[in-house]
Amino acid sequence: MTFPSAFSQECNNTLRGKVIDYHDSTPLSGATIMVFGTEKAVVSDIDGNYHIDGLCKGNYELEVSHAECATLFIPVTIDQNMTLDIKLEHHLEELKEVKVIGDAVFDKTNSAQETSLSLKTLEQYSAGSLGEALKEVGGVSSLNTGANIVKPIIHGLNGSRVLILNDGVRMQDMEWGDEHAPNIDINAAGSITVVKGASALRYGGDAIGGTIIMEPRRIFTKDTLFGKTLVNGISNGRGGVLTSELAKTYKKGWFLKAQGSYKRLGDQEAPDYVLSNTGIQETGASLEAGKNLFEWGFNARYSYYDAEIAILRASHIGNVDDLIRSINSGQPEIVRPFTYDLQNPRQKVTHHLGKLEFYKRFEGLGKWSFQYDYQNNRRFEFDIRVGEDRGKPSIDLELTTHTVNTDFKWDANRDFQLHFGIMGRYQDNFANPDTGVRRLIPDYEKVDFGGFLISEYRLNGYWKLDGGIRYDFTRIDAKKFYQTSRWEERGYDEDFSQFVIDDLGTQLLTNPVFDYGNVSATAGIQFSQNNNRTFRFNYALAQRAPNPSEIFSDGLHHSAARIELGDLRVDSETSHKFSLTYDRQFKNWGYTLEPHANFITDFILLEPSGVELTLRGAFPVWSYRQTDARILGVDASAYINWAERWQTDHRFSLVKGNDTQRDQALVNIPSANLRNRLTYSRPEWKNFELSLRSDYVFRQNEFPPNITVFSPEQQEEVLLEINTPPEAYHLVGLFGTMEFPLGKKTRLTTSLTINNILNTNYRDYLNRQRFFADDLGRNFIVQLKFNY
Amino acid sequence: MKTIKFLSIFALAGLLFTGCSDDDENPDPVNEEEVITTMTVTLVPGGGGDTITLQTRDLDGDGPDAPVVTVSGDLAANTTYGGGIVLLNETETPPENITEEVEDEDDEHQFFFVTTGNIASVDYGDQDDDGNPVGLVFTLTTGDAGNASIAITLRHEPKKPNDGTLADAGGETDITETFNLTIQ
Repeated sequence: MTFPSAFSQECNNTLRGKVIDYHDSTPLSGATIMVFGTEKAVVSDIDGNYHIDGLCKGNYELEVSHAECATLFIPVTIDQNMTLDIKLEHHLEELKEVKVIGDAVFDKTNSAQETSLSLKTLEQYSAGSLGEALKEVGGVSSLNTGANIVKPIIHGLNGSRVLILNDGVRMQDMEWGDEHAPNIDINAAGSITVVKGASALRYGGDAIGGTIIMEPRRIFTKDTLFGKTLVNGISNGRGGVLTSELAKTYKKGWFLKAQGSYKRLGDQEAPDYVLSNTGIQETGASLEAGKNLFEWGFNARYSYYDAEIAILRASHIGNVDDLIRSINSGQPEIVRPFTYDLQNPRQKVTHHLGKLEFYKRFEGLGKWSFQYDYQNNRRFEFDIRVGEDRGKPSIDLELTTHTVNTDFKWDANRDFQLHFGIMGRYQDNFANPDTGVRRLIPDYEKVDFGGFLISEYRLNGYWKLDGGIRYDFTRIDAKKFYQTSRWEERGYDEDFSQFVIDDLGTQLLTNPVFDYGNVSATAGIQFSQNNNRTFRFNYALAQRAPNPSEIFSDGLHHSAARIELGDLRVDSETSHKFSLTYDRQFKNWGYTLEPHANFITDFILLEPSGVELTLRGAFPVWSYRQTDARILGVDASAYINWAERWQTDHRFSLVKGNDTQRDQALVNIPSANLRNRLTYSRPEWKNFELSLRSDYVFRQNEFPPNITVFSPEQQEEVLLEINTPPEAYHLVGLFGTMEFPLGKKTRLTTSLTINNILNTNYRDYLNRQRFFADDLGRNFIVQLKFNY
Repeated sequence: MKTIKFLSIFALAGLLFTGCSDDDENPDPVNEEEVITTMTVTLVPGGGGDTITLQTRDLDGDGPDAPVVTVSGDLAANTTYGGGIVLLNETETPPENITEEVEDEDDEHQFFFVTTGNIASVDYGDQDDDGNPVGLVFTLTTGDAGNASIAITLRHEPKKPNDGTLADAGGETDITETFNLTIQ
């Protein structure tokens, strides 16, 4: 194969077009357009027109600057005389949206299913959580523990199958547990992209569910100081969120940015009762500084996150009889008056993240980057304990991770790009024995090495091919105590006797060491015609090594009153995912269809498997097992501009998950859901916008069979309806916003959000507290945003 | 200048790497405290006769082995038995007597007796300092011949006083077991 070179072309092409305001399309005069790598620079005339000639064929980057606007970088490919209209954004913060309109080169993948959330959408969720905001993306749902612990699910998969990239750093925050939400402050994000599938290979090969890429607001090379402050008042929980950020940038590329948020809620309320002990206190802060030039740059970032989350008191149960009673009664066992106190059971997590990044562009070659990051994650879980243990946590884990990445993107050729890199990671988990409770997750050390190569090839103006391959090696080296009875019950004494290093009588100290080598790959094709018709097909092969929880979990999880059992025999799972995107845009409407099929061999799942009797009563056992699974689904969305000011949006998502070995449904597969939104907007009324939203969640009719357990209290076998999903429900919500200029550079944006207007009683299949209490009732959120 | 910055980043990264990867010591075992492995209930007939012993024993705690429940014999009909409860932690040698701890903190503990079948009554035979029942000592009166069961539950930090039901008492279950009995 030969690739056309960028340097041997004739240089007689022109680029012309108009610089216009993104909002109202008025022409912008006096904008400077510079072409990097050349000495060419022009200024737009009174009608916004510009004209650059003498350009060679090849890839360029334009720097477009204007006195009242943020500087914009636009990659362009010149292969003939071209016209390019440039939309500049007056408001600095909404630059991300310009990017989306501008060019597709910034996409994380070409052919995979991918959706971005803009800053405007994220700000609507300033009072919520990352998991809630992500539900704006079709095919994304969440696994909740109450309303404050929200884990994103992509196409039916969650936890270790969903990678979260926080400003280029892969989060290492014990994502394995069902009640472990991402340790991320949503207010730190400038934009979020969701890749539904394992196609974003540069970040990892094990994203069988998908990748969530969170990026901060862009920094501009311009002398300016800007910031914003958001104040949210929340009725349900009687609290609020305050978040603020300030950035100072210099023309020479230096910048300094600080951001902080604080959230506080007391007990939240269902329509009929207080959800006792559901408050939260959350703090997030970050500081970033560096130099950001086109040719080179570096930055250092530190971020801190701390959350203390109370867990519904009624969900703390003693044994299986309490669980049966709770499921049958349909009412929480404990309802107390409202309080701001965060009592036990509760969890407290702290996450520190430090990052150093350096990049350099080599003319005619590409861009090289190097990054080191450090993460420290500490998790305490406090159960209801009595006597001397009252204030002691039951779980106390500290996870420390160091990662080094380096990659090179070769983009000198206009039709062919290569991107390759390597990664090394060291991780240490320490489980503190002072809890006085046997460790659920053991001490371990983990080492990962990975390398990837991805490429893009442009066939012609319409077709693009992309493909990539990645290899990851993982070694996990643990020191774990097993009860001798458990070791023998699992048959480990026959298969893993070499791991035993000490025998303490009733307990064995073992040193399991496992190596996993995993290959992942992706290939796809994209067809795009004038942005009116897009067709994308992608295949992704992904392999994921089991996480420590899947291998080692062992013990009674008091707050959930369940015994969780991992399995030393668990091996990597392998996924083959096929996805298709078909997108059509007409004059006043458009639609997108995204079917997907995922075939997973050795799928690792956690499900209720029986009951174990102890002197404190009987406890349900949840164990990990491997099977073959098939996940099929479709996301469909459409919009219609009915009239100048009236627009509707519609979205439907369906996922079906099957255990093909047992021919039964998979546990915890999201219900089908339908979302409709009617929006009235009138920009001349202070950017007035009002939208009414309807969310209909169908009942999940496909679920694995319930289990029968022996009830010591009833002295007989009873059916435990632990898998039976709750009924369908319909929620109505409202959002309204207006914007007021307060001065030359200052703006106030006000908004009102009302969730669950009709105060509907409902329970969601994917809320782990559905056995104990109804979900949230009506909630008013008032937001004031100051931009300055 | 650039090179120096860059090298310092590398050096820092290397330092952090080596600083944290030297950890070859074995972790300390966790021996759960105040574990109850064994509950022995002795029933002594008031007018003489065979002493009956009810026992439940689970040496691996939360482990996979189920408690072993034994009843030494049948109870006599229409008889009053003097009952006593002993709690042991047999994971330690010699076994630790947990009964004494319950006695010391008797205001924070209470046994509850739930019966079915031909047991006429169970009455508390002891009190804490506030005059509320504890249940380490009790009397059990049988009815006519037939089947019966008694569920014995020890609650830590129940509401005291309470109406005698588990639901009202709340607190945390330290131990619970149901014994099936024959009365003849």
